[in-house]
Amino acid sequence: MFEQILTHAPALAVAIPLLGAFLTPLVSKINGKLRNVFVVIITALTSFIVALLSYNILAHESVKFAPDLVKNGIQTYIFGAGSAGDPVVRIVFEVDGVNAFMIILAAILPLAAVIYSWGFMKDETGQDKYYTLILLLTAGMLGMMMTGDLFNFFVFLEITSIASAALIAYRVNNKFSVQAAFKYIVVSTIGALFVLFAIAILYGQYDALNMAVIAKSIQYGLLDKIALILLIVALAMKAGIAPMHMWLPEAYGRAPSSVTVVIIGTTLGSFYGILRVGFTIFGEQIISESNLEVGIALGWVLVGLAILTIFIGVLMALKQNDFKKMIGFAAVAEIGYMVLAFGAALATMYQDSVTGITGISSSGLTALKGGMFHILNDALDVSLLFLVAGAVYYVSKESSLNRLGGLARNMKYTTIFFIIGLVAVSGLPPLNGFASKLMIYQSTYEINPILAIVAILCSILLLATFVKVFYAAFLGPKLPKFENVKEVPKSMLIGMLVLTCVIIFIGLFPNLVVENIVTPAVTALQNASAYIGGI
Amino acid sequence: MSDAGMSKIVKTMTGVCFPFILIFGLYIIVHGHLTPGGGFQGGAVVASACAMILIAYGSIWTMKKIKEKHLSIFESLGALMFISLAFFGIFLADGIFFDNFLVKGAFSFFGLFANTATGVADINTAGVIPLMNIAVGLKVIAGLFAIVLVMAYATHKIKEVDDQ
Amino acid sequence: MMAFQIPYLAVAGLIIIGLYAVLFKRNLIKMIIGITLIESGVNLFLITLSFREGSTAPIYTSSPGGPMSLPVPQALTLTSIVIGVAVLALMLSLVIHIFKHYKTLDVRKIREEDN
Repeated sequence: MFEQILTHAPALAVAIPLLGAFLTPLVSKINGKLRNVFVVIITALTSFIVALLSYNILAHESVKFAPDLVKNGIQTYIFGAGSAGDPVVRIVFEVDGVNAFMIILAAILPLAAVIYSWGFMKDETGQDKYYTLILLLTAGMLGMMMTGDLFNFFVFLEITSIASAALIAYRVNNKFSVQAAFKYIVVSTIGALFVLFAIAILYGQYDALNMAVIAKSIQYGLLDKIALILLIVALAMKAGIAPMHMWLPEAYGRAPSSVTVVIIGTTLGSFYGILRVGFTIFGEQIISESNLEVGIALGWVLVGLAILTIFIGVLMALKQNDFKKMIGFAAVAEIGYMVLAFGAALATMYQDSVTGITGISSSGLTALKGGMFHILNDALDVSLLFLVAGAVYYVSKESSLNRLGGLARNMKYTTIFFIIGLVAVSGLPPLNGFASKLMIYQSTYEINPILAIVAILCSILLLATFVKVFYAAFLGPKLPKFENVKEVPKSMLIGMLVLTCVIIFIGLFPNLVVENIVTPAVTALQNASAYIGGI
Repeated sequence: MSDAGMSKIVKTMTGVCFPFILIFGLYIIVHGHLTPGGGFQGGAVVASACAMILIAYGSIWTMKKIKEKHLSIFESLGALMFISLAFFGIFLADGIFFDNFLVKGAFSFFGLFANTATGVADINTAGVIPLMNIAVGLKVIAGLFAIVLVMAYATHKIKEVDDQ
Repeated sequence: MMAFQIPYLAVAGLIIIGLYAVLFKRNLIKMIIGITLIESGVNLFLITLSFREGSTAPIYTSSPGGPMSLPVPQALTLTSIVIGVAVLALMLSLVIHIFKHYKTLDVRKIREEDN
């Protein structure tokens, strides 16, 4: 029964939010409540299709719904006709293990955001444009994570950056929001133009835009090195890695909270772009024998940048007074953890003296798994913290920590959600942050003990920061102006509950998640030749 | 641009030139599959003709004639036509998304093939491409004109607040 | 030989002037013009890749025969121009809002007024 949907699932996952985005202005002229219901239905339908698609790719052979659609762990979807043509001319969506992992993330976040904004955006004007832009952002994010064509990746990247900039400036009466949106769009457009320049260089060399075709015929000349550096630096600029992280805390902090949740997905989509370019397109070249020293040096450079990112994130978070900006700096530090894991994995490359095959050592493999797992966990944890900050802003209209206090008496559920988010972000057991951070600590300790010590230290500093926030905002004596604040509306609580359920589930059964979801993703990431054979 | 428009000579000449630019833009949209052009290029020409009207007649007169919500409906119709044409590809037997379904099978009105010896062709060749061009052209006209109109409105409001 | 390198030099020149305008100018509108220059440079690079010596435009109707230049980069350039228009419209709208709040377009005065 699901085979019909599964045949077209990669295209439907992008087309249904797009159809919803185009229908929303017409529906909202009829009635406001009808539009909210319509948007929630569209997002739920998208999440359902994405869940089916991921299950079909990641599950074991015998329990798949449609096993003949997935060859060698990859499902391809060719737009416009049956075959891609002899020099490949059509746009192809190629969904392998890494893509299946990332689209799970990209489907949970908009669902939580849309349910949350039912109550959060109740009194604002121009809501039909808000919902249209959120659906466009969802479509762009899912397209970015599934495509197998470099120029198509650029187009979806620009769609998401334009929609996010318009959403960050949503409250136009607040001068800080408009300023943050302008900074975001200048940085984002320059990054995207450099990505286009690198794609043009690669096209001029190999006369192909498809990622698998370029990966098959790439060499490591001077122009290819320039294209690789431009791509990685521009995508790192969009992912918020130091020293190009300046826009991130401001953009996350000044946007409405439900918007920040979806923008976190976009940032991690750019990070996925770095992984795809580094491991699949240039993969065979970086890991080949003649370039082993280059690969190891690249790994150590990434580790250095990661340590810089973690330090900047944590130290700047300690001295902040603004609630959301502080969570933004914590998000910067978490991205540093991911880069640390991937850099440490690259730095352990060696060449087997017996067989002559180059590869990553076993502690490097654990680092890869930990980094991959941390992408999922970090997105969920930081999103939950931003939703709680939004709830506090909705109730008190204050965003500075100096003027908040004593909210725990009236807002019990919000306090519980904040405690769960705090425990998860700092990596304490039994929630999901502990599982992924333990893998990162374990693997980096075997590579170089100093890295593990720095990582653990910064986690403890993050815990201290959030405990300070918890004390300042929730505990303490009740301020007179917060006498009769009530709990936030139910739809906002349900939005936060969606994220919490996933966090607790991953925290209680981490082995299940690592075996079934993370390990196939890491295997697919290292296996560039399977990706090439997917066309 | 001042709010009351420009002098009488400019207004008259704009009124004379506007139909010609409109026809030229629509020609570029509809013949997109045979000659250079297509949805976006033709739409940009028509939108610049509308912007010419906005500058010549002034923003107050133009905002009385065309409201932004009518343009929003136009834009949504164009976008819906585009994505419905893409979805129809799935519903036919063994089709695929964005399939050129008008070239094969039952519908042959839009599905003739061009004469590649001389290259001259009628308008009803190339299947679903002219229809998608028209949809994109409609969306671009409404979108670009709405951008210019809203910016004129915003400048008008800032000047009003300043004068008070 | 030198005649075929001139478009590539023009691309480099446009991108460097655009980057200079974005990084070192104080007026917001001049920063936007810098971004437009970078975008024009990248579009010129894409079109220059499609040219082959002695070729004509890739249109079938009454073509004079002979080799034709590549049509794919021309489609990529068109997409990039459309994206550039959308980004430019959004940036100009944001500048109108910033002017409404701060009454100035100078970046240093805006930063002073915030602190």
